[in-house]
Amino acid sequence: MTGTLLTIDGLTKAYPGVVANDTVSFEIKTGEVHALLGENGAGKSTLVKMIYGLVKPDSGSMVMNGEAFAPPEPRAARASGVAMVFQHFSLFDALDVAENIALGMENPPPMRDLAARIRQVSEEYGLPLDPFRTVGDLSAGERQRVEIIRCLLQDPKLLIMDEPTSVLTPQEVDILFETLRKLTAEGVAILYISHKLEEIRALCDHATILRLGKNVGTCIPAETSARDMAELMVGTELQTPKSAGATLGDVVLDISGLSMPSPSAFGTALKNVHMRLRAGEVLGIGGVAGNGQDEMLLALSGEVRVDADALKLKGEPIGRLAPNARRALGLLTAPEERLGHAAAPNMSLTENALLTGNVRKGLSNKGFLRWGKTQSFAEEIIEKFDVRTPGPDNAARSLSGGNLQKFVIGREVLQEPEVLVVNQPTWGVDASAAASIRQAILDLAAGGTAVIVISQDLDELMEVADNFAALNEGRLTEARPTKGLSIDEIGLMMGGAHGMEVAHVDA
Amino acid sequence: MLTLEKRPQPSKAFAYLTPVFAIIMTMIFGGLLFMALGKNPFEAILTIFWDPLFGEFASYSRPQLLVKAGPLILIAIGLSLGFKAGIWNIGAEGQYIVGAICGAGAGLAFYPMEAWFIFPIMVIAGALGGWAWAMIPALLKVKFQTNEILVSLMLVYVAEQLLASMSLGLLKNPDGHGFPGSRNLKDYPSAFNGEIIAGTGMHWGVAAAFIAVIFAYVLLNRHMLGFSIRLTGEAPRAAKFSSVNPNRIILFCLGMSGALAGLAGMFEVAGPSGQISIDFNSGYGFTAIIVAFLGRLHPVGIFFAGLLLALTYIGGELAQLTLGLPGAAIQLFQGMLLFFLLAVDLLTNYRIKFSRKEAV
Repeated sequence: MTGTLLTIDGLTKAYPGVVANDTVSFEIKTGEVHALLGENGAGKSTLVKMIYGLVKPDSGSMVMNGEAFAPPEPRAARASGVAMVFQHFSLFDALDVAENIALGMENPPPMRDLAARIRQVSEEYGLPLDPFRTVGDLSAGERQRVEIIRCLLQDPKLLIMDEPTSVLTPQEVDILFETLRKLTAEGVAILYISHKLEEIRALCDHATILRLGKNVGTCIPAETSARDMAELMVGTELQTPKSAGATLGDVVLDISGLSMPSPSAFGTALKNVHMRLRAGEVLGIGGVAGNGQDEMLLALSGEVRVDADALKLKGEPIGRLAPNARRALGLLTAPEERLGHAAAPNMSLTENALLTGNVRKGLSNKGFLRWGKTQSFAEEIIEKFDVRTPGPDNAARSLSGGNLQKFVIGREVLQEPEVLVVNQPTWGVDASAAASIRQAILDLAAGGTAVIVISQDLDELMEVADNFAALNEGRLTEARPTKGLSIDEIGLMMGGAHGMEVAHVDA
Repeated sequence: MLTLEKRPQPSKAFAYLTPVFAIIMTMIFGGLLFMALGKNPFEAILTIFWDPLFGEFASYSRPQLLVKAGPLILIAIGLSLGFKAGIWNIGAEGQYIVGAICGAGAGLAFYPMEAWFIFPIMVIAGALGGWAWAMIPALLKVKFQTNEILVSLMLVYVAEQLLASMSLGLLKNPDGHGFPGSRNLKDYPSAFNGEIIAGTGMHWGVAAAFIAVIFAYVLLNRHMLGFSIRLTGEAPRAAKFSSVNPNRIILFCLGMSGALAGLAGMFEVAGPSGQISIDFNSGYGFTAIIVAFLGRLHPVGIFFAGLLLALTYIGGELAQLTLGLPGAAIQLFQGMLLFFLLAVDLLTNYRIKFSRKEAV
């Protein structure tokens, strides 16, 4: 447990306009779980890409097991025993598990042998998986298992995991941790990237914290408070969003018996969803990704029409109305995917302000556009939500994720909705932008707007939501007050462990 | 080592410069092509680009510029609306033919009556004919999600058969001594689309093209429908989120491009061409695709691109006559223009980075 597996010495990588990594140095020991902490844009991804051979460092060196290590490509890194589970899975939906795994191998064995090995590894590590199931039918947690098994088949010495728990229920996280502990007991080192501090405290032996590309500190997570680590990450004191604690008003949105097939082939149908939302309430909808969250937003935004009476806004049936008709009545939405869904990447911020603002802000007159008024609206969003951009003429795609998200949320908030639905409002957003978005949601609720926050970040939901419900395979649980809910109860609402089992430690 | 790097946002300068680059590169490679054919490249390029405007026979060829550019611009404007929305009407040639047949048919139905209203009726009939022909792929796409590229393209060949049948049958000139082809509308004053200003080539179709340019500009830049069209092309999911009904955009764009192509056909048959004949169509519907892209799908750009392409048409004919260049070489030359445009187009969204090969 004491030998050093990988020494990273002064790695530097600069991209035009930004130094992604600035003389980063640290060590990973054999058999430890080493956390790499940092906000979005702190340089975590660049660093692991250099270890995995996807990016070449400008300067600095790495030593692995006493030998110089400079993989020119991922294949070389894999040959040296580095394996990586990416945050976004690279799996083909239409192929089965074994075929997907074979695709990533240099010399895939015959399919029957491979399937047997997949079964063996999956049982050994408590990751049950049928090699012949089609990947498109698997849950996000099961897809992650495919990726992990793909890595384990290479007998890695170092396993890199990028935000592995963002798609798991709390129970699934526990099982994953058992698997990881079993691996470390066998001497595998794990480089664990996350910004979920409690997880890191529970799992990791050491942590390296990156901020703006620099190594700003190391710590032993078990002995450091989550708050201290967060402040190391952000560099300043964190502002916790505060709820004004508004009293709840009348029911504004009434969903009853909402069923809807998914518009995409591998999506999840909504099944008989019931829910009541009152003015001033923030309802948090949790759940593992792919359990109907996107479909929920499409049904509410009006992009997919449902039964007229399944959705009622202040008593009025709106299920068959188009998005703009719903906007006129006060139901606004902000989808998860910023580029391409909530905003058009190549269009200017002014044009993107027009995208949803036309009806409520009166940005056109008999179909003719009022560009002046639209630009003022875009400028108002930029100013009030502190969107960092040279101006409203810039294309949406030129903004960073956090800034574009502030623009998208701000665009809806400034239209003074009666009901606002947001999906993953802070996904991929840095901590300070996330805090300001959450504050905006709370302020809106304090003003009497009903807000639905769909998110996979449970900490976020606990922070902003009055009530909590979970989506599980397209069904929505009954909403329960957030106060007093334990993580275990939330996990059960989200569907428990989905039939996963703990690693057989004795195997 | 050359690498491509995506620009944070499209370069405005390159959006204007790429057509110029494309023209220059076409001249260079076209020159090489003509050289390979044993011609003097400078003479050939000069014949194509200079002589039609300022050469010996310029007084004849200059009006031809507007005559040829008119239909190209008119069709290309219609096509550009669809292209902006990601709807690919490749069958403008067919809509052009059907528009011409309907327009000429409506006019000839009144023969030999003379009245002021005949020409306007022909205009409407031509537009409706093109519109109806484009509605076939539009409705099939909306109802059955068929591919509009294939359907509209195949309908071109159907339209050509219809044209042959019309010039041999229904619209055949009864006084034509058995020759195929309709009556010549040049001899029928109420139906004739003559020059508005003599000696310029400016006929009503050219006027319609100018109006279409202005109309498209206002639509795309000042109207919600134009915004919806652009949004549909840029980000279809964002368009749906913004309450755009994609089917309505399909019907509008295909219908509009069909109607404009039909108009172009009608003005052509009633004016410069004069009669429905088996070989009435001359590829305007296909060349207009080049015009639309060369003009960057921008109405003003299309206006200039239409004039440029018309120039290569006229210059190409001149080069065939005076230098004996084969017709295929001229078509290749026009194709090169689109090819190079699409190639250098990359520079609008990407920049080329020269970097030395990184040490391993």
